[in-house]
Amino acid sequence: MSSRAYEIMFIVRPDVEEADLDKLIEGFSKNITDGGGVIRSTEKMGRRRLAYTVRKFNDGFYVLLTIDAEGGLITELERRLRVSEQVIKFITVRIDEEEKRLAKIKAHRDTHVKRSSLPQTPVAPAPVAAEPVAAAEPVTA
Amino acid sequence: MADETSSTPSEQPTSAPRSEGFVPRTPRPAGGPGGARPAGGPGGGPGGRKFFRRKKVCKFCTEKIDAISYRDVRLLQGFVAERGKIVPRRLTGVCTTHQRRLSLAIKQSRNIALLAFAARF
Repeated sequence: MSSRAYEIMFIVRPDVEEADLDKLIEGFSKNITDGGGVIRSTEKMGRRRLAYTVRKFNDGFYVLLTIDAEGGLITELERRLRVSEQVIKFITVRIDEEEKRLAKIKAHRDTHVKRSSLPQTPVAPAPVAAEPVAAAEPVTA
Repeated sequence: MADETSSTPSEQPTSAPRSEGFVPRTPRPAGGPGGARPAGGPGGGPGGRKFFRRKKVCKFCTEKIDAISYRDVRLLQGFVAERGKIVPRRLTGVCTTHQRRLSLAIKQSRNIALLAFAARF
């Protein structure tokens, strides 16, 4: 099975120490690498206010992991996130399809730069031609 | 409106030689609004409503924003009403494709508590 790209964002409860947070991320990272996944990036987005109360907390530490992994590993990781006491909320989003789409758009843009600027001149006369009809309408009526 | 246009051609054969200069004027008002209405709304009818409605364009198409990420709270906030509802396409002018992605991103963002489901009181 081929590997897929995922983004895992989770919120850690605000009353954990900074060192414990690092340890927690370390633990999850180890799980991923042990399970055959590759960690692309780990980002601590810092303490943020939650939009709504989660488990009686109004803020939390946001952490974002971008990884390459297989589906089975994601299931395992989600189970661990759910079990973990410090993690109050998490979301996993598959991003490889989106990345493919963006790469395609970018490639298309790079090759079709000049074409997009050309048809702008013929488009302009059309609204001008339409206006006299609208302007003439009240005169006749 | 349709009755007027159908009645005028029937009268034309009888009155055609009598008023040559009058006949070409009558089809024009009938055809004028009919032609102008599908082209764009601003003309309005004879009702007196003549405010000019600007054509809305998709923000994502014009600014060439390809990726609508659930992490981009600042962007998503612009398409969420005060109470937390997703603003409909007819108000924001976002195109169908982007509205679909936008609503997905907003829902993901709500899930991870970046956006509220409903406003707090």
